[in-house]
Amino acid sequence: MSNFLEISQLVKTFPTPKGPLTIVRDFDLGMKKGEFITLIGHSGCGKSTVLSMIAGLSDVTTGVIVLAGKEVVGAGPDRGVVFQAPCLLPWFTAFENVMLGIDQVYYTASKLERQQIAEYYLSLVGLADSMHKYPGELSQGMRQRCGIARAFALSPKMLLLDEPFGMLDSLTKYELQDVLLNLWQRDQKTALMVTHDVDEALYLSDRVVMMTDGPEATVGAILEVNFPRPRTRKQLLEDPEYYRLREYLLTFLNERSHHRPGQAGQPALATHH
Amino acid sequence: MNKFKFDWLILPIIGVVIVLLTWHGLAGRKVFKLTDTVTKEDLSALVIALPEGAAQWNAVAAQLKNKQIEAATATSLPPAVWTAVKDSYEEIRVGPIPDLPNVAETWISSLPYMKEPFAKRGEMDQGILRFTWYSLVLVSKGYAIALLIGVPIGFFLGLSPTFTKMFDPLIQVLRPVSPLAWLPLGLILFMRAGPEAGTYAALFTIALCGMWPTVLNTAVGVRAVPQDYLNVGRVLKLSRWKMLTKILIPATLPYMFTGFRLSLGICWLAIVAAEMLTGRPGAGGFLWQEYNALIYEHIIFSILVIGVVGLILDRLMSLIEARFKAIS
Repeated sequence: MSNFLEISQLVKTFPTPKGPLTIVRDFDLGMKKGEFITLIGHSGCGKSTVLSMIAGLSDVTTGVIVLAGKEVVGAGPDRGVVFQAPCLLPWFTAFENVMLGIDQVYYTASKLERQQIAEYYLSLVGLADSMHKYPGELSQGMRQRCGIARAFALSPKMLLLDEPFGMLDSLTKYELQDVLLNLWQRDQKTALMVTHDVDEALYLSDRVVMMTDGPEATVGAILEVNFPRPRTRKQLLEDPEYYRLREYLLTFLNERSHHRPGQAGQPALATHH
Repeated sequence: MNKFKFDWLILPIIGVVIVLLTWHGLAGRKVFKLTDTVTKEDLSALVIALPEGAAQWNAVAAQLKNKQIEAATATSLPPAVWTAVKDSYEEIRVGPIPDLPNVAETWISSLPYMKEPFAKRGEMDQGILRFTWYSLVLVSKGYAIALLIGVPIGFFLGLSPTFTKMFDPLIQVLRPVSPLAWLPLGLILFMRAGPEAGTYAALFTIALCGMWPTVLNTAVGVRAVPQDYLNVGRVLKLSRWKMLTKILIPATLPYMFTGFRLSLGICWLAIVAAEMLTGRPGAGGFLWQEYNALIYEHIIFSILVIGVVGLILDRLMSLIEARFKAIS
């Protein structure tokens, strides 16, 4: 079966005064429809660059990104993006922020229908009571809930999440991970999420893609995470396999991420046994 | 609370008192000087000739003995005595800067204009608020033109680096030009516009001088719109119009209002120059007219009024600006 998202030979170079700097080189990844993949790596390794190229917010230097059989050119609402900072427009209420996108995507629907879509998704993320508040009146966590609702409400082909919980405290983060998992399971979305949190990656994803350090970052190894769904945090914490995978991820990040695969002494592709 | 009072009430009052004292020290005052041809004997003869004059002479001799008497002394003399000797004296001004009106003279001379602020006694003799109103009407027209032209130019500058490279040097050259320099050009431009030529020239000057802060601040604001907000717009594929109205303008508003406030200040500066050179009634026109009429007290009065009105305008704009800053 062909992949829903196919990234091949992706390269990104930035011009610098000292000549072009290659951030990402030869990045290949295929995603099946409905899959949840996390992209993990050290900060600055280029994982967000990969995500923003898929989102169309950053130009591809060379290489191809194909989503649902069509090459990705430029940004568009078929790829819902959840940003690290929720990026709500402060002059609109949470509701209006979600409506801005809905008006764009469902322009054939009646106003009432569009409002109902916004209300539905805002309720799903737990903002039913505060949807008419301005972002300034909401906590960080609530703003990110709204950011998630905005992305899902557009019914995108896939979701791109750029460290969406990076700025939250642990408890809020756990709550929002569950909110995200719920919505993801309900809507059967294909999701690619950038994170540097090992536990988050294991809890959420079907596969964890580990990136080597930049410059010239690429896929270092891919880890299958086969815990049954729906998952609970408790069930994972009781599973010895969880600790084995966690150990594997940490070892990669601490020791092996500094080398590109194929270099001396490194296995070309690592999978767990 | 005490600290607050000290900082915001007592210190400013001390500052004002210092300035008033300096003013008073430098200002001139009116005195009566004995004419050279008149002697003390002539004076006593004049007074003694009055009914009961001999008795009065003893009482006033001490005061009239000096060659120069203060205006206050003169008015304290018995009226009959002063009437008799008045022609022997000439009125002169003394002090470090004799022609500078002092505090009391300015106050007394300005009172009628404040007591009846909306009076209209003649074209150039009207209550001060009436004059201020004329000026405000003219300024608001010029200001509106400045904003209507300045905001779009600012957006073009902020959005297009090419546009910036083309016009920024020119703007930097035109920006420091004084209203006084623009006005003659305005008069030439509208020379054939008939009786309203002066008004058009004034509006031209006010708008041209006042628009630069709006242009530059809008441009800075547009460039400072967070990339995140623009990304939201790109992900949603917003049309150019929606991008402008839903994201760019709201994000730029706080900067624009800073520009609006500074622009209003400059428009108010330009009004005085414009009114002076075109001879229009208004706060600035009044100032120039009273200079020509040698009523120097009213110059100081006008300066104070123009300053106070400018301050009030600035405060009002600050309030509006703060509201917009609070939203974003």
